[in-house]
Amino acid sequence: MNVIATTDETQEKHPLEDYLRVDRLPHIWCPGCGLGTILGAFLRSLLESGLPPDKVSVISGIGCTGRVAGYINLDSFHTTHGRAVAFATGLKLANPELKVVVFSGDGDLAAIGGNHLIHAGRRNIDMTILCVNNFNYGMTGGQFGPTTPETARSTTSRAGNIENPFNMPALAAASGAVYVARWTTAQVHQMQRSITEALLKKGFSFVEIISPCPTYYGRMNRQPTGLDQMRYYRSNSIVRHGANPNEVGVGISGQIVTGKFIDVERPYMPGPGNGDNGRQT
Amino acid sequence: MSDRGHLEGEHFMSGDDACAEGAISAGCRFFAGYPITPATEIAERMSDRLPEVDGTYIQMEDELGSMAAVVGASCGGVKAMTATSGPGFSLMMENIGLGIMLETPCVVVNVQRAGPSTGLPTMVAQGDMMQARWGSHGCYSIIAVSPDSPQEVYDLTIKAFNLAERFRLPVLVMTDAAVGHMYEKVVIPPLSEIELVPRRRPNVPPEEYWPYMPDDDLVPPMANTGEGYRFHATGLTHDEQGYPEMTAEAQDRLVRRLVEKVERYRDEIIEVEEDSIEGSEVVVCTYGITARVAMIAVERARQEGIRVGMLRLITIWPFPQDRISEIARQVKAFVVPEINYGQISLEVERSAAGRAGTILVPHMGGDVHNPETILEAIRQAVK
Repeated sequence: MNVIATTDETQEKHPLEDYLRVDRLPHIWCPGCGLGTILGAFLRSLLESGLPPDKVSVISGIGCTGRVAGYINLDSFHTTHGRAVAFATGLKLANPELKVVVFSGDGDLAAIGGNHLIHAGRRNIDMTILCVNNFNYGMTGGQFGPTTPETARSTTSRAGNIENPFNMPALAAASGAVYVARWTTAQVHQMQRSITEALLKKGFSFVEIISPCPTYYGRMNRQPTGLDQMRYYRSNSIVRHGANPNEVGVGISGQIVTGKFIDVERPYMPGPGNGDNGRQT
Repeated sequence: MSDRGHLEGEHFMSGDDACAEGAISAGCRFFAGYPITPATEIAERMSDRLPEVDGTYIQMEDELGSMAAVVGASCGGVKAMTATSGPGFSLMMENIGLGIMLETPCVVVNVQRAGPSTGLPTMVAQGDMMQARWGSHGCYSIIAVSPDSPQEVYDLTIKAFNLAERFRLPVLVMTDAAVGHMYEKVVIPPLSEIELVPRRRPNVPPEEYWPYMPDDDLVPPMANTGEGYRFHATGLTHDEQGYPEMTAEAQDRLVRRLVEKVERYRDEIIEVEEDSIEGSEVVVCTYGITARVAMIAVERARQEGIRVGMLRLITIWPFPQDRISEIARQVKAFVVPEINYGQISLEVERSAAGRAGTILVPHMGGDVHNPETILEAIRQAVK
């Protein structure tokens, strides 16, 4: 087995090592991809949250973000395309003591899995969704998706996307999410704080993280490196807590409104007093 | 498990209700489904009964989500099921495949109605028998059973849960609209008399646990989520540790095991019912509601002096090919009535391998066969 990280006595142990499957590194993500940054922030949030790691389960769908589950040293599931939220719904309702985190991409969550996303929000299932939005289908080679801005080029919209994209915070809020935030990978500390809050929130919490895909989206839309995309985020992101989610749509250029948009209370499933479902012991 | 909520005694109930009661008796405590005729009564009864036994009923947004939730619930350590009919069964194929790949015990009930597409929603067919075997993509083995009465729906639903835990895979109960909506006497024994197969638990400490390291019988012990084993499970081709491995060698190792863990134990799994096969010149081979219709034809043929046997398939998959191959050495032909245009008849023909003929008696669905058509085929067989 190809072990990259080592823990010999001369080396200090990395604080996140217990939560990563180090024997699976290096990861498959491209240079300049934001997923490593987001994974690091999530693991630090997990530590910060104080949740018992053995009771936290990460569920991914398919795609570049879908591979996150495989690198996390928790009970983790890499499921079918779009079904991560439905799988997580079953897991959480069957075993309410778990903290269930769905870590997946915009295509997985909003296109093929859109129905499960909105219904889990409507039911206010007690789970956290980390939606990594890179504005295209990266794993299959850069096709446009449900979040691709109008006029953006992709391998299936070479003349520019003609479709109207989903504004993910508005979709989550309209579905019934009790916590909705958005950050870019250039705002690591804010992102980490939001993920911690989401993990500790009871009910359906949703954090969108806008993330570079220099290999496809960036390269085809005049931001050819991860650094170019990060510079764009840094110069164009504004923080507006409490902004109306309907007014935070992202275009191919211009401002990216970030912040915590929604933080409310609503009855959630499974409610207090849910039975143990006769778990097999 | 306590007897609380267990409906011991004699009841007059439908096949669909018997299915729900079989699930409750088997320890099923999670149901995810989507309303669909003629399976809806199973969901309705589960929504009443599960809260009485501290279980969970969730009505999902579609059958894609229902099946995904069932696989998720079972990974959480709970016996889980769903019930549907043809259109929903098609949607469930995706995550039945996930259940096969993650080796997740669960039960899927298909109360078959006539298709294709929306077809005849309230009326009987047996058109999904090959879909049950091959409907999800890729190569795998599956277990499917087919009951012919509400009592047998009860019994086989329990058996399905036991097989699911024993072999770690989704088990299919292939019933139909006629059996599902038929009311008959159902005897529910005391819970203490029902044999239940528990989940095969890891016998090593968490740090040594590999989720797909099989026992000698090719079935790996199963840790539940949240117990500290910190396992990874993926629908990608994976090694014994559960890690993705994108090689032909890993694919060969995994898929062979997924197939052989079932095929090697065919004799343990397969159940058939035989009537007067010894000395017969023709055997009617069928399953589900069609077996009951065929018995009328078999009895009339016997009155005509024809030596006719009956082979009722209770297990459909894995297919009882060895027994059919044996019988083929002594009979002229098999008569195979089924409510489709020839599915299980193809398997009978394959198993008979030319040693005996196979006469399909197709029926497109909407109602059951006229026994006269089956009788005519029996007469043809002995000519």
